[in-house]
Amino acid sequence: MTAPFHRYTSRRGFQRRTESTIVWFFRFATYVILLCGVFIIGNICLKGLPAVTGAFRSLEQFPYVTNTFIFEAPESLYVFKHEGVKREMGDAEYRAFRETETARATAEGRPVPEFKASSYVYAAGGIWPCIVGTLLLVVGAMTIALLLGVASAIFLSEYARDGAFVRFIRLAILNLAGVPSIVFGLFGFAMFVLYFNWNVSLMAGWFTLAFMVLPVVITASEEALKAVPKGFREGSLALGATKWQTIRKNVLPYALPGILTSSILGIARVAGETAPIMFTAAYVVRDKLPWEVAKFSDFFFQGVMALPYHIYVVSSKIPQNAYTQRVQYGTAFVFLGLVALIAGSSILLRNKLRGRYQW
Amino acid sequence: MENTSPASASSSRPLATPPRVARQDDTAALPTLIDVKGLDFYYGAKQALFDINIAIPDRRVTAFIGPSGCGKSTLLRCLNRMNDLIDGTAVKRGEIKIRDIDIYGPSVDPIELRKRVGMVFQKSNPFPKSIYENIIYGLRIQGVKSKTKLDEVVEKSLRGAALWDEVKDRLHESGLSLSGGQQQRLCIARTIAVAPEVILMDEPCSALDPIATAKVEELIHELKKQFTIIIVTHSMQQAARCSDRTAFFYMGKLIEFDETHNIFMNPKNPQTEAYVSGRFG
Ligand SMILES: Nc1ncnc2c1ncn2[C@@H]1O[C@H](COP(=O)(O)OP(=O)(O)OP(=O)(O)O)[C@@H](O)[C@H]1O
Ligand SMILES: [Mg+2]
Repeated sequence: MTAPFHRYTSRRGFQRRTESTIVWFFRFATYVILLCGVFIIGNICLKGLPAVTGAFRSLEQFPYVTNTFIFEAPESLYVFKHEGVKREMGDAEYRAFRETETARATAEGRPVPEFKASSYVYAAGGIWPCIVGTLLLVVGAMTIALLLGVASAIFLSEYARDGAFVRFIRLAILNLAGVPSIVFGLFGFAMFVLYFNWNVSLMAGWFTLAFMVLPVVITASEEALKAVPKGFREGSLALGATKWQTIRKNVLPYALPGILTSSILGIARVAGETAPIMFTAAYVVRDKLPWEVAKFSDFFFQGVMALPYHIYVVSSKIPQNAYTQRVQYGTAFVFLGLVALIAGSSILLRNKLRGRYQW
Repeated sequence: MENTSPASASSSRPLATPPRVARQDDTAALPTLIDVKGLDFYYGAKQALFDINIAIPDRRVTAFIGPSGCGKSTLLRCLNRMNDLIDGTAVKRGEIKIRDIDIYGPSVDPIELRKRVGMVFQKSNPFPKSIYENIIYGLRIQGVKSKTKLDEVVEKSLRGAALWDEVKDRLHESGLSLSGGQQQRLCIARTIAVAPEVILMDEPCSALDPIATAKVEELIHELKKQFTIIIVTHSMQQAARCSDRTAFFYMGKLIEFDETHNIFMNPKNPQTEAYVSGRFG
């Protein structure tokens, strides 16, 4: 007996197979991406976590515990044999050890021991100056980018008349978004470091990074401003408010969550890019922390260490050996955590603002 | 500058207010507040109003009716210069005088004008702030800080807009938590809080159900004791119910302006007659 044939009989065959092949391809693509993500993050966590967890030390006074990887500056690592035991020590510790051992030997009348250590740069200590430097770069660059970006977005969407000129500006901004970060780095170097004579400094880095994220901030701020209903502006103006009063009291507060959303994307970029800062703000190594300056104005004109640049340095600018991996992955791990932390707090702030105004 | 104290609608009025005419049917003798003479208005190259002449009486309700696109909103927005906000608009000829001051004159600041000529929009637009903040928005802008004064104005305006009893326990909830009709009355309350002389209403009930509409109409009846009201409406019944005078516009021209009673019962112009009897538009 044949199955009943009607116009909704299922048609097996070619059409169906293509459908399921295509779905499987989409599924496969998604899983591949997921897998890559998990692998990258997992790899960094797995190899980086020990650098952090293995660096907790107890303290005599208040916080009672510290983490040498996070809160200390990078040092050279000294590896040597002493009285038959292999030891690994950071620079400062090694010097102290050598002194006490020498003193002890002299007191006991033994011959002064010989120290034959091999040293490995940056393999000991931590990355505190890099964390501080990156935080400073992010805060300064985002402040400048938001001030300039929101101001020009307000001008473009609230004040400027739509014409050839405004369209040209928008086009220029769009194009700016496509410029590679290394080009911003070179621009910043030529403009701020050389022409303005700011040298390699926070200021130069701030402005270079700010210019890099400005297109994102402007475009997204304009979108956020446009999303505020026209009725709020008209209602405010009809009550006798000036244009600026209207924008300040009745447009900008509602656009702020949207603007922050865009700047969250900007934060990750500002924190993460190496190219824009390598000529403008980043030092390979710097002993002093940024607040250890002679006078206040020096603060803005000092170079800093930064996390992405440190990763670059420890993975390609120093001799590779058994001890470098700890720093490389440890830095990457802390870096990921820091970006997640900053982005997370901006998301919290945004959600709080968003809850306040809704229409 | 005269007293701009926004709290009290009546005290901000010039002292020499003409006496009120109590009877409804002798409106022909009403004192004029807004005098429009020979007005030509353009959106860029497109002329939207042609030679408009209309004298709007003080403390009465004037209704603008006419088919869609005939220029009712345009004329209304000329009266508080909201059209200034649109690029390329211009009054090319004629003048609008409010109490003998040409509002398009060089010495007039549109910001000051809008404090005196308030506007309620078709789509109710409470700000996403608390009811309280909505009402005091205009005063905050003017720099009024005194808490007692603000409280006083909030109560007075909400009572004036027949909304006080419904919201007095939830003044600090969002204005958007109100129903559509309440939102529109909130917008009216917000407008009267700055003590204007004139309230312009552009289809204030077009998004409301019949009960909310009835409430707003009642309110208009109350408000005309204190304010001059101009209302644009697509509902003949509404114009007939709540206005004293009605202006009929067609294709950017004022076709007929008369007592509402006459416009509906005894129109002089055949176009008006055709429109009010529902034969076109
Ligand atoms: N912003 C604008 N730019 C250009 N033309 C406009 C603008 N606003 C209105 N117009 C034109 O002016 C004319 C009058 O418009 P208006 O909005 O005053 O009509 P209306 O009588 O209020 O109509 P409706 O009853 O539909 O609200 C219409 O032809 C319209 O196309
Ligand atoms: Mg209209």
